[in-house]
Amino acid sequence: MCASGKYSSRGPALIPRMKTKHRIYYITLFSVVLLGLIATGMFQFWPHSIESTADWSLDRRSVHDAPLIQLPVSNPIPERGDLSCRMHTCFDVYRCGYNPKNRIKVYIYPLQRFVDEGGVPISSTGLSREYNGLLSAISDSEFYTDDVTRACLFVPSIDVLNQNSLRIRETAQALAMLPRWDKGMNHLLFNMLPGGPPDYNTALDVPRDRALLAGGGFSTWTYRQGYDVSIPVYSPLSADVELPERQPGPRHYFILSSQTAIHREYRAELERLKEENGEALLLLDKCSNLSQGVASARKRCYKGQVFDYPQILQESSFCVVLRGARLGQATLSDVLQAGCVPVILADSYILPFSEVLDWKRASVVIPEEKLPEMYTILKSIPHRQVEEMQRQARWFWDAYFSSMKAIGMTTLQIINDRIYPYAARTYEQWNNPPVVKWLSVNSPLFLPLIPPRSPGFTAVVLTYDRIESLFRVITEISKVPSLAKLLVVWNNQNKSPPEGEKKFKCPECTAIDGLSLDQTHMVERSECINKFASVFGTMPLKVVEHRADPVLYKDDFPEKLKSFPNIGSL
Amino acid sequence: MQAKKRYLILLSAGTCLVLLFYFGGVQLPSSGRNRHDRSHNGYRPDQPWPHFSDPLQQFLLWDQPDTEEYNIHISPRQKRDVNTSVYKGKRCRMDSCFDFSACKRNDFKVYVYPQQKGEKISESYQNILSIVEGSRFYTTDPGQACLFILSLDTLDRDSLSPQYVHNLKTKVQNLHLWNNGRNHLIFNLYSGTWPDYTEDLGFDIGQAMLAKASISTEIFRPNFDVSIPLFSKEHPRTGGDRGYLKYNSIPPFRKYMLVFKGKRYLTGIGSDTRNALYHVHNQEDVVLLTTCKHGKDWQKHKDARCEKDNAEYDKYDYREMLHNSTFCLVPRGRRLGSFRFLEALQAACVPVMLSNGWELPFSEIINWNTAAVIGDERLLLQIPSTVRSIHQDKILALRQQTQFLWEAYFSSVEKIVLTTLEIIQDRVLQQESRSTLMWNSHPGGLFALPQYSAHLGDFPFYYATLGIKPYPKFTAVIHAVTPLVSQSQPILKLLVSVAKSQYCAQIIVLWNCDKPLPAKHRWPATSVPVIVIEGENKVMSSRFLPYETIVTDAVLSLDEDTVLSTTEVDFAFTVWQSFPERLVGYPARSHFWDSNKERWGYTSKWTNDYSMVLTGAAIYHRYYHFLYTNFLPASLKGMVDQLANCEDILMNFLVSAVTKLPPIKVTQKKQYKETMMGQSSRASRWADPDHFAQRQTCMNKFASWFGGMPLVHSQMRLDPVLFKDQVSILRKKYRDIERL
Repeated sequence: MCASGKYSSRGPALIPRMKTKHRIYYITLFSVVLLGLIATGMFQFWPHSIESTADWSLDRRSVHDAPLIQLPVSNPIPERGDLSCRMHTCFDVYRCGYNPKNRIKVYIYPLQRFVDEGGVPISSTGLSREYNGLLSAISDSEFYTDDVTRACLFVPSIDVLNQNSLRIRETAQALAMLPRWDKGMNHLLFNMLPGGPPDYNTALDVPRDRALLAGGGFSTWTYRQGYDVSIPVYSPLSADVELPERQPGPRHYFILSSQTAIHREYRAELERLKEENGEALLLLDKCSNLSQGVASARKRCYKGQVFDYPQILQESSFCVVLRGARLGQATLSDVLQAGCVPVILADSYILPFSEVLDWKRASVVIPEEKLPEMYTILKSIPHRQVEEMQRQARWFWDAYFSSMKAIGMTTLQIINDRIYPYAARTYEQWNNPPVVKWLSVNSPLFLPLIPPRSPGFTAVVLTYDRIESLFRVITEISKVPSLAKLLVVWNNQNKSPPEGEKKFKCPECTAIDGLSLDQTHMVERSECINKFASVFGTMPLKVVEHRADPVLYKDDFPEKLKSFPNIGSL
Repeated sequence: MQAKKRYLILLSAGTCLVLLFYFGGVQLPSSGRNRHDRSHNGYRPDQPWPHFSDPLQQFLLWDQPDTEEYNIHISPRQKRDVNTSVYKGKRCRMDSCFDFSACKRNDFKVYVYPQQKGEKISESYQNILSIVEGSRFYTTDPGQACLFILSLDTLDRDSLSPQYVHNLKTKVQNLHLWNNGRNHLIFNLYSGTWPDYTEDLGFDIGQAMLAKASISTEIFRPNFDVSIPLFSKEHPRTGGDRGYLKYNSIPPFRKYMLVFKGKRYLTGIGSDTRNALYHVHNQEDVVLLTTCKHGKDWQKHKDARCEKDNAEYDKYDYREMLHNSTFCLVPRGRRLGSFRFLEALQAACVPVMLSNGWELPFSEIINWNTAAVIGDERLLLQIPSTVRSIHQDKILALRQQTQFLWEAYFSSVEKIVLTTLEIIQDRVLQQESRSTLMWNSHPGGLFALPQYSAHLGDFPFYYATLGIKPYPKFTAVIHAVTPLVSQSQPILKLLVSVAKSQYCAQIIVLWNCDKPLPAKHRWPATSVPVIVIEGENKVMSSRFLPYETIVTDAVLSLDEDTVLSTTEVDFAFTVWQSFPERLVGYPARSHFWDSNKERWGYTSKWTNDYSMVLTGAAIYHRYYHFLYTNFLPASLKGMVDQLANCEDILMNFLVSAVTKLPPIKVTQKKQYKETMMGQSSRASRWADPDHFAQRQTCMNKFASWFGGMPLVHSQMRLDPVLFKDQVSILRKKYRDIERL
């Protein structure tokens, strides 16, 4: 910088003495230098877009390019997972540290393909579309860090969403091989379909040491409260089907059962209910005449009558979500999307994100044993409550169920809230749909529990130059016993405020007294109101027809016995 | 030429230098800056997780062979039975260790074992038992009971304690209703003893639920046990002191930021955290004081810091610090919980918890993040910066929530016990249980009964939170006690003027007169439906029954001899819409403390303040009918019925106990005040000379049941905006109120 400055300052002095061809030569040379400088500057201050486009092209790669890792048979297997794990015993909080944003840093392991000694992969599906989507969402988020040494939470790229596609032992070995595994400390696994036949465990069977589990389908016996996160089972229909949000209100059917994998005992009970209550209940099953595949997943039948799924869900007030072999059902997600109130029958099931979501406002939970009483129970719910639950159900889907990104972000936010509890999202933030957030009053200043006493008040007097009136106000207000402080704001740049007891005469004051009657003044104020309301997006002012007066105000009662005799006497 | 060449070379060299400098030199620090950016400005390189171009499989196949396979497996019913037999002891849950069939639908009854002679019971446990026996849950019939409570004192299971009950094991096993603890609830404050303080109760609790203080997450069985706060012997049985927060100060900071004063354990369990506190103590706004001076032989174990710490400790007064600090540290002691927790809560000093693994009191229903800072013992050194980082708004909210929680669930033993029972009731009656919002916002779970409605919008308390409004009409309920003999009776005039109100949805006449119902045509024709209900027992309390015919949120309660104009009704209703959780009425009364007689006094004199409005003409939310009928004990309602008096006082007590606010008096026509007292009808109870004395007695009886005086005085009356202003009467909407 210094060098170039020196030469350019000397340049003009040189040029007149030089011949034309030299001059051209120098001008060219300077132009080159200048261009170079500009280009460099651009490169310095605009490097991100250049880098990222480069990355984009590089990153368009195949999962088959991921390095292949062979797992020796003798590799260690993690322990099964400790049921007594809690954040203060199994989680290393030092890795998260204190930071002003109160946000955890999440690292994602690069993709590797694990195979056993025979070259057989540990998973039949490998990286699934959904897990890939989840990891992309995390890496796009504010939580992500590419710096493994700064990470608080580690997310393996080994896909364990569906236990059915996994080889348990080998997957466990692969986990243990992760460079930062360290007994699973601060590692987070996502699993939506745990267990396998015949008894379908309610948590992932892969041994995982102390790793946290974000699991779909936890029961109260496998869920480690305050440690694991209960997540929904993602419904693939979420991405393919768009269901418009419907206004809450009564629907054509009262109860709808749309699941195909219902145990025959429960199906028999549902059929009994259908017999008793007739049309109010719609009991759907698989269509027997349709071929298997995607098409069949989108159809449901009742006695030869074919219905579109999930659209039919929107035609019912309540939708049954009954446990299958597993407690967590993807149907729950479809039902919420349709704005149908889920009736959940799955004993001991830990509802998705129950740590933060108030399911009582969005669903009805009925013990499996009480399935025969379902109709009676649901009938006793007031209509207004059904409408509120319909709205709440749809909101839960929009915010927390609609995509793998939503599920992933909610999970990380819940863990984040545990680590920085003083900065945690509030109940209202989690549970109030946007329309309620707008309308409701939640400021700490307006909590209903008003402290019994007040420390008095501070009078703030705004003044321009009406000194006489100012002094009158000051004299009057200083008589008030609860006045704690008096503050005069002198709003006049041209005059300095009066000093001491000196009184000013103000001849123009009487003229200004008629201010509020001035037409232009009223027009201006109306304009203000319109402007403010448009900025607020709503009119926050409320109209009341009452005024507070002292109890004996203007009553026929001796004035000297009244606490506030002078009110209204001005 | 030579010069030119020289300049040329110089210039070229200079250019090269500049270029080099730019392309080489700056490049190095620039990559360093990138790294810097990443960590500090939140910059992250886009797409570190690659975009895979190949098609990936779905994790869930469309048609899983779930169905067929599932169907051949054991029936779900059998599976449930298996769970019940497998998950016992430490893995007990409601599903496996609780017999729901013992709790008949909608009825949650609690049985208390009769006390056996010769059994010593501590005062605290005696309090617990008498509270349960006085509650609406109590039953003397074990056959009706859903929950059983032992009369054997299990509060103190520290074997070194004088309160310790010996041979509990055999005593419990000998109870013939014990049934291995099924559906039993065991209260416990202390367990284990020096030196390891295990959480063992010293007897086999079987399948019983624990309501235990200082319980750790390790032994706590979620949704089965209940974590209760540790309370002292002196903790008031009912009522209890209010929170200490007298007013909000803005900014909300107090003299100290964070304080603690307590014992330091030099060795053994739970000593680490308190031993490290001195690192954070700064003698200014973070004052953490410990003393080694406790126990018999503290001198033996004392360390180098003890003398200095003890000296510092004596310089400060605990009370003074408690009341003048924004945050109060609550570190674990030998056990996880401490008295300090409740003390800080009451003092509106936001508790900063340092007690890893403590399942906080009533954690099942209370969202403690709204009233406390949950710290981590491992991060003690970060605590000062953490509390300093908390925004003023948040401090204000935290502080007020401490006061709400204290008064809602902790200020008396009664509240603690009833909260415990209500939590269990919510689990049993699933469909009629409270949402998190009901537990965590004013007026709290003890006053918000889920049996009333599953819908939050049906309660008067959540309109603001949910951003909704009450239904814009009211139902008038007229209490009729005199037979209908003439067409000029006040009740008929009242019917007509109330029916004319634009906000009136319907009128209910409650016929509490011994004479038979008058014929239908005797009632005047009105534009709104008039429903006549014949009172079953003809008792006073029946005017506050939650009749199903009341479909509006607002109820206008009326005596038959009340004189009201349509304008007055309209105005009172518009006022009520702004204050839907309060009583809005016309004639007001007041209470006072009579220091000579040491009892509460009642006055109907015109004074500058009031604390009650008469329910002979008042508007309130219909939820209070439900609460009056289902929340108040039979003893108080019985007293009202027997005297045929005081029902309005009781309603005022109830509403003020819920809202912690006074009722609202609206303005009324002059003539009304005189006639209100019923001079027009001779049969009126107001004419009875005993009437006034009875009301005095009622007040004192009610105050003792509520555990204090819930009434609050007000000096405010709400008038229509232009009331008695010097403007044309034609400009006034409620002009009739001013006309005589």
